[in-house]
Amino acid sequence: MSKEVVKEKSMVLQKEMLAGLFKELSQAHETGKKVVYTFVPGNLSELIHAFDMLPVYPEINALQSGMRKNSGAFIREAEKAGHSEDVCTYVKCDIGMMLNGNIGPTGEKLPPPDLLLLSYTGCFTFMKWFENLERYYPGVPVAMLHTPYQEGGKITQEMRDYMVEQLRLEVIPKMEKVSGKKFDERKLAGILENSARAEDLIVKIFDTTKNKPSPIDAYFAGVYYIGPINTGFRGTPEAVIYYETLYEEILERVRLGLGPITPEGEMEEERFRLVVEGPPNWTSFREFWKLFYDMGAVVVASSYTKVGGMYDYGFRHDPARPLESLGEYCMNCYTNLNLPQRIDLLEKCITEYQADGFLVNSIKSCNSFSAGQLLMMRHLEERLGIPVGFIESDLVDPRYFSYSNIKNRLDSFFQMLGQRKVIKGQLEIV
Amino acid sequence: MNAAPLGAAFKPDKSRFMFAALQPLVETCKQTAFDLHFRHAKNWKAAEEGRVLVGYMPIYFPREVVHASRGLAAGILGGGDRKQIIKGDAYYQSYICHMPRGIIEMALDDNLNDFDGFIFPSICDVIRNLSGMFRMLGKGKFVKYMDFPQNFLPAVGGVFYKKELLHVQEEIFKINGYRPSTDELNHSIALYNENRALTEDIYDIRQQFPWRLSFEDLYFILRAGLAMPVEEHNNILSQVLDHIRQDIGEPMDKIKVVVSGAFCEQPPPGVIKSIEIAGCYVVDDDLLLGSRWIQGDIDADSDDPIGAIVDAYLKQSTFSSTVYDVGNPKESRLIDLARRRQADGILFAAPSFCDPALLDRPQLQKACDDAGVRYISFQYSENTGQFKVIKEQVGAFADSIKLWEEELVN
Ligand code: SF4
Ligand code: SF4
Repeated sequence: MSKEVVKEKSMVLQKEMLAGLFKELSQAHETGKKVVYTFVPGNLSELIHAFDMLPVYPEINALQSGMRKNSGAFIREAEKAGHSEDVCTYVKCDIGMMLNGNIGPTGEKLPPPDLLLLSYTGCFTFMKWFENLERYYPGVPVAMLHTPYQEGGKITQEMRDYMVEQLRLEVIPKMEKVSGKKFDERKLAGILENSARAEDLIVKIFDTTKNKPSPIDAYFAGVYYIGPINTGFRGTPEAVIYYETLYEEILERVRLGLGPITPEGEMEEERFRLVVEGPPNWTSFREFWKLFYDMGAVVVASSYTKVGGMYDYGFRHDPARPLESLGEYCMNCYTNLNLPQRIDLLEKCITEYQADGFLVNSIKSCNSFSAGQLLMMRHLEERLGIPVGFIESDLVDPRYFSYSNIKNRLDSFFQMLGQRKVIKGQLEIV
Repeated sequence: MNAAPLGAAFKPDKSRFMFAALQPLVETCKQTAFDLHFRHAKNWKAAEEGRVLVGYMPIYFPREVVHASRGLAAGILGGGDRKQIIKGDAYYQSYICHMPRGIIEMALDDNLNDFDGFIFPSICDVIRNLSGMFRMLGKGKFVKYMDFPQNFLPAVGGVFYKKELLHVQEEIFKINGYRPSTDELNHSIALYNENRALTEDIYDIRQQFPWRLSFEDLYFILRAGLAMPVEEHNNILSQVLDHIRQDIGEPMDKIKVVVSGAFCEQPPPGVIKSIEIAGCYVVDDDLLLGSRWIQGDIDADSDDPIGAIVDAYLKQSTFSSTVYDVGNPKESRLIDLARRRQADGILFAAPSFCDPALLDRPQLQKACDDAGVRYISFQYSENTGQFKVIKEQVGAFADSIKLWEEELVN
């Protein structure tokens, strides 16, 4: 690695934004701001802002707990309370954190919810999660937004109508009641304008991986890039500024012909370009990432960065159709696409970003992602003749991160990619 | 507690005869229920031009809709312990429940040929993604993932659900060109009303006299109903009722339990039998929940029969881990059920890796603790081959209840 890691301006901005949000949350009791617990995929951040409420994302808390090595204890706590070893560890981590006093990632106590916004996309476990939370916070209203699945590979008018009617008759009235404010569609439209601008920028950012070397890692660094757009800042001017700043920084890297920044500095030689399917492991995130950058492997696209919203095919929040576009946003998240759509999308990524290989990180406790990944691998291998790799870990349960297993599998995968490159090179010479 | 009444040992011969007379019927049901080639249903289809055969995955699908369109909706519950998994494991990681790999194996082995279409009710991510696999594999003339609404307002979830059902009708129309009349739909509704009513009658009799029909036999009889025309099944259920209305069998010293959590992937018959052998009468369960999903009758005299089916779903659905339980918590409904059935306890039995069932467990168990209802919990897989541990666990549970002779459901 060539340089010391210097914090880029965008990193500082993001840190400040998140710290600000958590500060506001810790003061919610005094300021009287209402708190909405909700999920990342299918999040209605703009609507929450339109009612001047504050969002809490339990998955983000869980992943932060994972990164801070607290998740193992939280999970054990939830298991002591009767939860099975077999179920989603995000849920258990969140419940364990709650049972431990609900101390958030920044060390400050999170306020209890005033509303549980059960707007979930592409995963049934979210519903079970909030049913559990509802019992822990008796009396807190729950607003349910059920997102229909893109089973036929498209969004139909009746799906759209169903979403809009739920927003109109279920979600908005509950938000009005909790916030004590009337719904203001013009205010929402203004917020959506900012969303669309941030969405334009994030598409451009992830498109920069077309460059060789890729200026960014779209998975390991990608999870930081999607932070603001997924954690309640979509629709705010701060998010637009953040993405403008980030984009500028990345363009500068492209101009200078630089590779991605890693925790140990700049990656000097890009040896392998990968597309990765599945969420990362959080408990050993740095170690996990190092296994890649040490080998000169850069991820040029990942499905995980599309889980909180998919803007690749042109979807943007639309101020002219506020509720319809909120509905479309929810239906467009990655895990709400059917398997053929997901495979097509991955194929597009592999082709457009000229990946050398496709890798699945299968998460033990996440059926939403995991069920179907083996079929995806087979299809992509057959369609593109590309080497595919498979590793297994978990999001936040440290018991399921086996460094040596993952390393062995990755070593063989990279070896295969290396041989492939040599053969390809020889063929080109011939 | 069901202590054997005095004189139980001196049953007249008639009783034993009646009991034995049921066995051929049970045996036929067992054959049909576990025929992984669905020959009975396929023969029905082949007997007449224009008939369609639709497979649906757990849990619930309103079969009335297919029936009225000259079709048969057959329940596909996996390969159980009768299908060796060779290819299915290449589709599912080890930490995903077992059932879908059996279904894929059946699809790849051509067990499901002759099915015209497949319906995947929206119960969990595993089934959802299985629908995508069927699409990729090009199985059937249609693959429909049925998004059952989680919004129960007629003007919102009701409108959406109705369109989902009309889609299914349309898919069948594309195959056989048949559109059912209102009367035909009402007739189908009436037949399934009868099916549900007969089933409930059996449960009601078994609640009082569980020894008259073993849980295992009941299971075979009900499961056969997923693979045959409803008219035929109604006939079988009527015969069963005729039998168990008689004073047959001999009560044994067993406790009464409700089995909860086994609504999707089915336990192998060995587990079902073990529960009984270990000292339990199962007086209610959610094993084949789809057949009993709608509580009470659906209006069979409506100008808008599909609307009536929708309405029943919104207002008369049973509780399940797959349905958001807005303001009608499933734990209270489970406790009510246990009380209504005068059960001595609850067996929480769920498939391994089943998020919906397992994530409900802590709340359900807490409700049992609060209500003073005894319970035990275990997990299984449809191909579990070892029943010893389950038998011992259930046996110890039954013994502990018998020993203390307590009224556990207050
Ligand atoms: S199952 Fe997967 S997508 Fe669903 S809540 Fe858990 S980690 Fe998230
Ligand atoms: S057993 Fe559970 S996880 Fe498996 S398909 Fe059925 S509901 Fe889904």
